[in-house]
Amino acid sequence: MNRRVVITGLGVCAPNGVGLDAFADSLRHGNSGIRFQGRLKDLNFGCQIAGEPLIKDNLVSQYFTPLQLRGLNASGIVYGVIAGTDAWKDAGLEPQGNDKPDWESGIIFGTGILGVDKFRESIHLVDDKNVRRLGSTTVLQTMSSGISAYLGGILGCGNQVTTNSSACTTGTEGVLMAYDRIASGKAERMLTGSCSDSGPYVWGGFDAMRILPRQYNDNPSEGSRPLSATAAGFVPGSGAGALVLESLESAKARGARIYAEVLGGAVNSGGQRSGGSMTAPNSEAVQRCILQAVEQAGIQKNEVDVINGHLTATVKDPIEIKNWSLALEREGPDFPYVNAFKSLFGHCLAAAGSIECVGALLQFQNNCVFGNSNCDDLHPEISRRVDSTKIPVKTITYSPKIIAKASFGFGDVNACVIFKAFND
Amino acid sequence: MNEERYHKLRDIIQIYLPEDVSVTDISEKSHFTDELNINSAHLVDIVLDVEDTFDIMLENEDMEQMQTVKDALDIIETKLSKK
Repeated sequence: MNRRVVITGLGVCAPNGVGLDAFADSLRHGNSGIRFQGRLKDLNFGCQIAGEPLIKDNLVSQYFTPLQLRGLNASGIVYGVIAGTDAWKDAGLEPQGNDKPDWESGIIFGTGILGVDKFRESIHLVDDKNVRRLGSTTVLQTMSSGISAYLGGILGCGNQVTTNSSACTTGTEGVLMAYDRIASGKAERMLTGSCSDSGPYVWGGFDAMRILPRQYNDNPSEGSRPLSATAAGFVPGSGAGALVLESLESAKARGARIYAEVLGGAVNSGGQRSGGSMTAPNSEAVQRCILQAVEQAGIQKNEVDVINGHLTATVKDPIEIKNWSLALEREGPDFPYVNAFKSLFGHCLAAAGSIECVGALLQFQNNCVFGNSNCDDLHPEISRRVDSTKIPVKTITYSPKIIAKASFGFGDVNACVIFKAFND
Repeated sequence: MNEERYHKLRDIIQIYLPEDVSVTDISEKSHFTDELNINSAHLVDIVLDVEDTFDIMLENEDMEQMQTVKDALDIIETKLSKK
């Protein structure tokens, strides 16, 4: 059984836009969501800029009950619930009534670490010998699967409800897990996505690794420079993206609007061998992942016309471009269009894959390829391999047919998904 | 019954009520989980709110005995009288 799977709903809570309209508008016009963070300065961070969604209190109260809001101190859950609930609604679906769950709908919503601020609050209480004061939601807010559990309860899903975690690959991996579940006939609809908390306790470890830019604290919107010769490290971010995947039969039966078809994809690991490590990808594995994705999707290498890269703005960007080029056997003017959304909102870590998948998919509907910011000075190794017209610095009008989206993560893990403009 | 304490307690309980239970359903005799349908996990939160509101500390045994609104009022009364 290998059923066709389509995307019928999207939701996003990104540093440069909460909600699809605001997000698409920011991607189209190159509006940055990277801002100076006074708190990081106060804490002596080297990098004092970050991408954090701006959420108004009155927005939060539309998604959570007053009871759920009591003691809620987990930004990832807030972002994930907003994006997930919005995607469900965008798909034309309603939360299930109280009598029984919706057995045909499930959730795979990933995260790297959840409820960090709640966990910090708890640690202080425990160390003060006050464990009895933790309250009933400490566990729910700090367990990784807290995000799928909150969404599962709000929507009433009765199929698989789980959380995946594979560092910065999480969101893209989740799309493929949801795809597999529907394609194999185990579910009709899956809400998938990922979220990542904001704040110094999430971002601190990366600052300590000296892989974040330190020279843009006075100039935040120029700090994230994927593909650029002056890339100085990734700007940390946070947020959530969400997608509703659905069997084509179910989508048609409901008369649902279809954003695109998921043709398939691949996940693998470089095994931390042959140049791969805990923090660096094995290039052979990346190329295999891209190639397997193309093969699994049943398309030819030359059919990919847009790539949404992982492209974090570290020294690895030229290597990533080389890997795409070798895997697809494309270069110069024959290379697909490529964009790197992290230039506008930083690296949202576990949320990166899902937020970027949402952005990539919006290009089908908007008939465009969103532009790249901060790469007027292309890295020479990239410009030697790819014609600069394929890396638009402004949004261009174009109707993508096949978009390949890849994410790579710590632990030497890779995921690549292939989306196709829907054509019955 | 001390009306002021009852009203304070009712305000605490109110937020933990499920959607289909109204604040007017609360009476002195109400059983927290059986009648008001409050999720038993939230009883610990009610205890913490009671502690904060009345500036008292409840022991684990108090919590176990606190089945109804009346139980809670009695425990609050006892704790306050010992202050």
